[in-house]
Amino acid sequence: MIAPFKTGYAQDLTLAKGPGSRIAYAVLLAVMAAIPLVLGEFYVGELGGLFIFAIAGVGLMLLTGYTGLVSLGNAAFLGIGAYTNAILLARGVPFLISLPAAGLLTAFFGVLIGVPTLRMSGLYLAIATLAFGSIIGTVLQKWDGLTGGFDGFAVQTPSILGFKIEGAWGVYYAALIVLVLVVWVSLNILRSPLGRAMVAIRDSEISAQSMGINLAVTKSIAFGISAGITGLAGGLYAHYVRHLAPDSFDILLSIQLVTIVFIGGLGSLHGAIFGAAFMRLLPQAIAMVRDDLPFGLGQLPGLEPSLFGLILVLVIMFEPGGINGRWVKLKAYFAAFPLHRKPAARRQKSYAKSERLR
Amino acid sequence: MEDVLRLLQLSINGAATGCIYGLIALGFVLIYKATEMVNFAQGEIMMLGGFIAYTLVGKFGMNYWLGSGLAVLITAAFGYALDALVLRRVIGQPQFAVVMLTLGLAFIFRAGAGIAWGYDSVAFNTPFTNKLVKFGGDVVLGQDNLSIIFGTVLLCGVLYLFFSRTRLGIAMQASSQNQLAAYYMGIPVRRVFSLIWAISAGVAAVAAILLVPVQMVDVNSGIVGFKAFAAAVLGGFGSIPGALVGGVLVGIVEQMAGYYLPTGFQEVTSNIVLLAVLILRPQGLFGQVIRKRV
Amino acid sequence: MSIFAAQDIAMNFGGIRAVEGVSFTVEPGEVFSIIGPNGAGKTTIFNMISRIYTPSAGKLIFAGEDITSIPPHQIANRGIARTFQNIELFANATLLQNLLIGRHCHSQVGLLAQFGFLPSVRRAEIAHREKAEEVIEFLGLQRYRDQLIANLPYGVRKVVELGRALCIEPKLLLLDEPSSGLNVEETEEMGYWIEDIKQDLGVTIIMVEHDMKLVHAVSDRVMALASGRILALGTSAEVQNDPEVIRAYIGGAPV
Repeated sequence: MIAPFKTGYAQDLTLAKGPGSRIAYAVLLAVMAAIPLVLGEFYVGELGGLFIFAIAGVGLMLLTGYTGLVSLGNAAFLGIGAYTNAILLARGVPFLISLPAAGLLTAFFGVLIGVPTLRMSGLYLAIATLAFGSIIGTVLQKWDGLTGGFDGFAVQTPSILGFKIEGAWGVYYAALIVLVLVVWVSLNILRSPLGRAMVAIRDSEISAQSMGINLAVTKSIAFGISAGITGLAGGLYAHYVRHLAPDSFDILLSIQLVTIVFIGGLGSLHGAIFGAAFMRLLPQAIAMVRDDLPFGLGQLPGLEPSLFGLILVLVIMFEPGGINGRWVKLKAYFAAFPLHRKPAARRQKSYAKSERLR
Repeated sequence: MEDVLRLLQLSINGAATGCIYGLIALGFVLIYKATEMVNFAQGEIMMLGGFIAYTLVGKFGMNYWLGSGLAVLITAAFGYALDALVLRRVIGQPQFAVVMLTLGLAFIFRAGAGIAWGYDSVAFNTPFTNKLVKFGGDVVLGQDNLSIIFGTVLLCGVLYLFFSRTRLGIAMQASSQNQLAAYYMGIPVRRVFSLIWAISAGVAAVAAILLVPVQMVDVNSGIVGFKAFAAAVLGGFGSIPGALVGGVLVGIVEQMAGYYLPTGFQEVTSNIVLLAVLILRPQGLFGQVIRKRV
Repeated sequence: MSIFAAQDIAMNFGGIRAVEGVSFTVEPGEVFSIIGPNGAGKTTIFNMISRIYTPSAGKLIFAGEDITSIPPHQIANRGIARTFQNIELFANATLLQNLLIGRHCHSQVGLLAQFGFLPSVRRAEIAHREKAEEVIEFLGLQRYRDQLIANLPYGVRKVVELGRALCIEPKLLLLDEPSSGLNVEETEEMGYWIEDIKQDLGVTIIMVEHDMKLVHAVSDRVMALASGRILALGTSAEVQNDPEVIRAYIGGAPV
């Protein structure tokens, strides 16, 4: 492994460490921008969906992976963002305003749910957000005057300065731009005092407080940012599905979002994106091999959710670092090749630590 | 007079549903008190218990009591195995990792049940199905609901005696309160924890069997588990009588909301109760606040 | 004028009186140690000063200001830092990040500026980093700078916690059993640091400690507690020879 030679404190504040990683990310971005020129419409559409879930994943990662607050209600934020964007567009608001507005309104809802749940931690928070998500889901279904109820809500094709953002390509580029922006802002947050305060709260609330961190304010901000980002993803999701159904923003979707951050690896933005990729690609992979599986396994109706469940269980049991943890270990393995020592990657034994008290 | 009767009817119905919530919540609380884990798959375990009972009684034509008893035992054994094979391995991981783990298990159970028993609703005949009891001519109650309430009370009595009188029950209480001390006293803490999982799975199976006359079993029955959270939280998440009282209260409030409020409210009642309790009185009705010492 | 004063403070937990009628003052620049058997109320007093607990009665005065009812997260801004008995570091962050969190009470950049990491944030970050590096230098932690706390040995973590408290640039430093869990050499080293902090940085220190050798070596004054009340207050030698103190510790007459 080659460590860059450090000559100043500012160097530690740059996002890309060393010229190698700067080039790698530039190439990645160029490839992403060029993909629609090469791939067919179906794949471009699916990749757009992947980006949208990656955005939602980053939003949840800031909350769960970095602030240590679990939300099992983020599907509600996705839903609020989707409906806000769709409704504003239908009322003639331009896309460049309706999408940020969707993010802002969702952020407001995030703070709204964040404030009363501030005193809760861990388990209680998970249950409370679960309840919140289910209430919002019901509201979306029953408030048919606004949301169209069970008939759903048709989403208009957005346009920027008269230029229509149409089809799979439109969603793809819109989602890619938002994703890059969201990742950039998240990275900025993480290298700023706010990001450190979030990590501090995750690791020890009591000493975070003694360091001058206002728990209530920081947690509310974290909730707001997470919800806002998820709301942006929701706004784009509306264009991805083109017809909103209220029951698609249910507990199952919330759990999928949390699964993204868990499978990806808690406490890493890479993880959120890896997780989203995994979550979106697995169904495609299953569809591809479905007919070739022995014993008619491919025809079983519950195959997909049970596979997700199984993978989630296996990840938590055997690789709590998620895909990102595996990735880091692989990198270390190749960097040290052939001098790799096994114990370096061994998980430290952890002991039961009470979380009943905070 | 009619209003009073209706109120009574709603209360009994609510209390019966509430007993089911309470029993599921009891399962949460038993496991939480002992291991600090929350089993989000508790509802799914109940669903499995219902299907097992259906297989034994409905399909194999076993005697109701015999088949039910066997189903409870099988489900309990399943709970034991679940802890021994899966959950024991994640002790020491953050609490919400366990939450996600059990959610993953819930997915697997649901899909597994779909594969094994199909996606149709099933039921079987019980001694209480479609039978009525008359009280003084005017009041007519279904035996099905009464059997749920009666069964719950009976089960609680048995559990109370078990925890307060038997060696194993006391060992379980000791392990819940202080794992290390219990271990030093020669209690096999890990096995005790697995047994607690077994009991909680068994209780879930009892709930499933009691519910059969009222509601058919299908793969989505486990959704009751989410309502049971409201019960457990209302009771203080850690108090066994609290879970039951919380369950009954949630059940009654839900029935009342369904009758007196516009449609849509019944579905969210339990969630609103849950949020309200968490915001206004996070320690629940019976809980106490303990703070971390530094 | 004294920098800190506790006036007749008391703390009840349910019916239990953990601390009762305790008053003392701390002079600027001194090391003030609190000793006493387990359950005497030492850590409770610390938790009251850092406002994790609200006293049931009495007043806390710091630098002329009544701090009895300010919220706990504003204690650091006032210039009071603390360490914890059982180490409360941010275990999944690096040492450097831990120290930078100690700088939190000195950061005043706006939320939106942080979203964009504007030049103002960058400048502030570099200034914080310089301060954190001073502390790293002071405590000789250079080689652990980028390591996760979870991977550091206990003795080092103890020093890191001290460093994190110093990053606050405190006027008053509360050390809760700085030597607990340390071996003889590490304890001795801790003693030197406490002296350095007092002399070089001019920080006033209140310390809870069981190791009488360390107490004797660094303290200007010592307060002995038992069952939530003051037994004796004076120089280390005075307190150690106080018959009440000896009775509380070994339950009999002086040997």
